[in-house]
Amino acid sequence: MLLSEFLTSVLLLAGAFFFLAGTVGLLRFPDVYTRLHALTKADNVGLGLMVLGLALQAESWAVAGKLLLIWLLVLLSSASVAHLIAKAARQKGIEPWKQ
Amino acid sequence: MEAISLLPLMTLLQLVFDTLLGFALLWLAWRALASPELFQAIVLFIAFGLLMALAWVRLDAPDVALAEAAIGAGLTGALLLATLARLEVKNRAKSELEKKHEVRVITEKSKHQTFFFLLRMLLFMVVATGLVYAVLTLPENTSGLAMPVLENLESSGVSNPVTAVLLNYRGYDTLLELSVLLLALLGVWSFGGIPKPYRSFPGPVLNMLSRLLIPLLIMVAGYLLWVGAHAPGGAFQGGSVLGAAGVLLLLVGWRLGTRFVGLPLRITLVFGVGIFVSAGVVFILLGRQFLEYPPSFAGVLILLIEAAATLSIGITLAALFLGGRPEFRRHK
Repeated sequence: MLLSEFLTSVLLLAGAFFFLAGTVGLLRFPDVYTRLHALTKADNVGLGLMVLGLALQAESWAVAGKLLLIWLLVLLSSASVAHLIAKAARQKGIEPWKQ
Repeated sequence: MEAISLLPLMTLLQLVFDTLLGFALLWLAWRALASPELFQAIVLFIAFGLLMALAWVRLDAPDVALAEAAIGAGLTGALLLATLARLEVKNRAKSELEKKHEVRVITEKSKHQTFFFLLRMLLFMVVATGLVYAVLTLPENTSGLAMPVLENLESSGVSNPVTAVLLNYRGYDTLLELSVLLLALLGVWSFGGIPKPYRSFPGPVLNMLSRLLIPLLIMVAGYLLWVGAHAPGGAFQGGSVLGAAGVLLLLVGWRLGTRFVGLPLRITLVFGVGIFVSAGVVFILLGRQFLEYPPSFAGVLILLIEAAATLSIGITLAALFLGGRPEFRRHK
């Protein structure tokens, strides 16, 4: 197995682990704010690792660039959308979980 | 050597993935239909659209996947959410009115309900039987029309077979689809002006997001339009991305200047259908069939029609999101 293939496998598995962690957080955390926190942060890292892993196998620099662009767009939109959902929840009067 | 030994494992993994995808789709569809809460149903519907796009990718139909993700999940979801927001405003006003006048709504379970239930079940059975019959009577091992399409690809003006079918061989269908979209907007507009806008405070984050995304969305729409000639993409995909830019603009509170709301907006809305029909009619006058393009400049013509269609689709979808006819003052 080539080194690049090995690296890709490791990065993809690491990415999948972060996605799994984010999903567990989404299912298990107590309120909307903590769930958003778990989901967006973990998924952003997970997608970044996957993009990196796939970029190693890309046929050309253009494809790698497109993959990177996808990651940047998801970063931008997920950060903004997490903020908007949290803001809407605040306006609805949902109190943050305290314990 | 290793690649060969891994092959059965990969096939198995794909089979597992496809099965999971299929069941997830059925489950989401059922949940979206059965969910008592409308908001939940809409979110499930959007999730269904995204998984459906994935299913199209698995079926090697990236063109359909793009359209499904952009229109099926994205814009339809936005339209449904906008409708829900208006319904909630309306319901709140209605329930307050009912409280004030102490109107009691009495629901009676009548014989009609069981009758309609039986009728629905009958309808369901007929449709299901029809579908099963259609699947069972499908001819086996036929190549369909794939070969004739590929053989005549050179004279179609484009190298993406999907675009060749949509804009050249079956131009009628696409023309009618564009007309349906236009008719839908006319239907919405005939209900009157924009319903009372719900107040929105976009805030700095949404403002910033729109500033970053809208130029990019317009560029991507142009890219999808251009790339449609030789790769997955085209007018509907580009148009829906343009429509998404319009929805984002409307969300941050931007409105079309009153100067442009009258004739300029209407001309842009019918631009796609207009160019399409005139291209067809011109060739009738030149002694050809309706929508029969000469191979020598079919490519340019398809690009022209698609560009007009992209613009019209984008503006129509954004106008649908606005949900009513924009007011404009006639000069008296």
